[in-house]
Amino acid sequence: MKHLLTIRNLEIEARADEQWKPIVRNITLTLDRGEVLGLIGESGAGKSTIGLAAMGYTRTGCRIAGGSVLFNGTELTTASKEERRKLRGAHIAYMAQSAAAAFNPAHRLIHQFAEAPVQHGLSDFPRARDKAVALYERLFLPEPGKIGYRYPHEVSGGQLQRAMVAMSMACDPDIIIFDEPTTALDVTTQIEVLTAIREVTRQGNAGAIYITHDLAVVAQLADRIMVLRYGELIEEGNARELLADPKQEYTRELLSSRIIGKPQTQSEDKCYTVLEAENISAGYTKDVTVLDNISFQIERGKTVAVVGESGSGKTTVARVLTGLLPPSDGKIIFNGKEISPALKHRDRESLRRLQMIYQMPDVALNPRHKVRKILGRPLSFYFGTDAKARERRILELLEMIELGPEYMGRYPSELSGGEKQRICIARALAARPDVIICDEVTSALDQLVARGILKLLRELQKELGVSYLFITHDLATVKAVADEIIVMLQGKIVERGPKEDILETPGHEYTELLLSSVPETDPDWLDRLLKGRGAKIHKMHEIS
Amino acid sequence: MNNISSMIAKRMGLGFATIIVISVLIFLGVEALPGDLAEAILGQQATPETVEAFRKELKLDLPPHVRYFSWLGDFLRGDFGNSLANGRPITGLIGWRLSNTLFLAASTAVVAVPLAILLGMLAALYRDTWFDRLVSVSTLSAVSLPEFFVAYVLIAVLSVRLGLFPSISSISDEMSLGEKIHGIMLPCLTLTLVSLAHIMRMTRATIINVLNSPFIEMARLKGIRQSRIIIRHAFPNALSPIINVVVLNLAYLVVGVVVVEVVFVYPGLGQLLVDSVSKRDIPVVQASGLIFACTYVFLNLLADVLAIIANPRLRSET
Repeated sequence: MKHLLTIRNLEIEARADEQWKPIVRNITLTLDRGEVLGLIGESGAGKSTIGLAAMGYTRTGCRIAGGSVLFNGTELTTASKEERRKLRGAHIAYMAQSAAAAFNPAHRLIHQFAEAPVQHGLSDFPRARDKAVALYERLFLPEPGKIGYRYPHEVSGGQLQRAMVAMSMACDPDIIIFDEPTTALDVTTQIEVLTAIREVTRQGNAGAIYITHDLAVVAQLADRIMVLRYGELIEEGNARELLADPKQEYTRELLSSRIIGKPQTQSEDKCYTVLEAENISAGYTKDVTVLDNISFQIERGKTVAVVGESGSGKTTVARVLTGLLPPSDGKIIFNGKEISPALKHRDRESLRRLQMIYQMPDVALNPRHKVRKILGRPLSFYFGTDAKARERRILELLEMIELGPEYMGRYPSELSGGEKQRICIARALAARPDVIICDEVTSALDQLVARGILKLLRELQKELGVSYLFITHDLATVKAVADEIIVMLQGKIVERGPKEDILETPGHEYTELLLSSVPETDPDWLDRLLKGRGAKIHKMHEIS
Repeated sequence: MNNISSMIAKRMGLGFATIIVISVLIFLGVEALPGDLAEAILGQQATPETVEAFRKELKLDLPPHVRYFSWLGDFLRGDFGNSLANGRPITGLIGWRLSNTLFLAASTAVVAVPLAILLGMLAALYRDTWFDRLVSVSTLSAVSLPEFFVAYVLIAVLSVRLGLFPSISSISDEMSLGEKIHGIMLPCLTLTLVSLAHIMRMTRATIINVLNSPFIEMARLKGIRQSRIIIRHAFPNALSPIINVVVLNLAYLVVGVVVVEVVFVYPGLGQLLVDSVSKRDIPVVQASGLIFACTYVFLNLLADVLAIIANPRLRSET
């Protein structure tokens, strides 16, 4: 009956508008040695808060209002600051979502590794260093003896995340909290880190709490899964059983949001090319080419998806098309006419016809403008619409994005992430564009919200005949929206073609790697994949 | 490392250009001063002929641009010319004064900078406690009072009442270091009080800002002590703004001490400048002005270089 960690009736409150509001309600959970517990839910589900509470820690503005957190006989909610400090790092370790942000930029990796063991008096530096090197080697980091002496900015994102896995193991903790450890990574890198995490959770006798919003990821690691929503438990159970047979509607929704919508079979209009890029090369400095001789077409009413990992030049494609970065070579042809490469030489009409939606709706909207002004601005700018007609058109636009007229008077801060993205879509539509560039538009959103946005974009396309250039690293999104796929690697197009062809018979080694790296909810997926790849895991770096 | 040296070379070039521009401004400014040196020295009884002859002797009759370039050329060669007032070479005059000013500035910096950074760190560590408030209120009130007022209060209390330190800080080469330090205690204290607040508040604000970073939360979750978090995790990442404010204050200690030097009759460059302006000793005024400008430019260059060395990211990339 004695568990390693027992959380009982945990209540956590956050301070908002001068009031304490509950964000975690009545959570009870246990964790034993050698067990991995998956906490899953969308943002605002309270999963990180629970994870931190398991260390007796709350973020600024939060407090534990009730319940108990019992770790190995110590009650963390009543323990003194000093007692809790001594447990953290030494007995309960934490691994953060973004290693890039969680490593101190001013110190070398190995010193940060050794800090906890040395400061907790568990080891001295030479011993901690040897341990770090051994762990780096086990996690397949290149040059394990030397990599620790680099600064965080000198190693790649995936390597940094693995260095973080190693760091969380520095004191051989009893519990490790993994807080979205792969969310910020590309799919191929995600596999490296997942493998590393499984490596450390499988063999030790530590318990682990794995926090994520991605069911497919948690399926690979967790023994048990708890589904959370708005700080409350929705469903709990053995991982395999829960995935195979979810009892609650919400869990089913989460599961199904991974399943691709039917590919749209549109009436085949006459093929009419709206936008054409011809032999585009571009770079930010003279010596470095980011795009290397790229050509593609976008047809009217169609969606072209550009996929690739970070650094492959996807976003640069958008910057070139919009004129933000004039290409060093090549032509952009819009509706049969070549348009000026630089933004400032383009006329208002060609600006209007090409609109853009961004990854972060939070920063893409002026926080001091109300929705009325945000949507009204393109109307008066492009069409000179007068006040009355503008009001009508704004209502129309709001209707298109399925929001009520009451949203007109709201500020962006009063909207949810999904609503903000909808406003961004409406702003792009206000210009009645021919092409909309969607740059990772769903990456910052929760799965269910993202699915809503994709559905909306698809319906709008059917209705208005607008074309999309969809830039994304998420292949699930691609499967859901694309007609045609462009696969990019290091600034070149490695493969291009209709969606079905690319997905079913990938012609390039890299496309295959990319496709097979997308996690599936099948709990055995990672095992099978790794067995299949075998020694190839090291080669992944060389390819990507 | 090559990149750092090329960057330093670039900044030095810019600094040199700045100094040239300033030299023009100083020259024009001094030209614009009302009155005439020759008349001022010879007195009202002098006949126009003697004034004219004297002007010729001082080369005041030459056109301004000729005088400017010959002055600049001499300056670059390290020859500041002779004082108009007493005919002695300016180099010797300024050299001794400058070393006194630097001595006062250095003594103050040795006390004020570490103290201010320490207070700033402590205030960040004990944020929103009575200690934080006490430090903030007292340093802020010290900086909001005029320097001469602080100086006179210190004289009234420490010199007149308690008789601990002399109220006139005259120092000479014959004095030992200990005597010198005793002598400059009051101006040093005044300057410390005046410059403490800037550095301390900047340190506190930047460290508190850095404390919101995810890597600080990570350090907390590693069970690191708060004091170590501030010193080892927050401080290195707060260095660049702190270095800048420290260097600006150092520049102030060299350049801005005129009032304090006058109050304590300290034989520094500031006092010399004030005397020379009232005596219309133009070459001395110009030379001191240019030395002040060089100090500023050099210290700012130093701040840039230190900020880069303090940041591992810039160290390897720029």
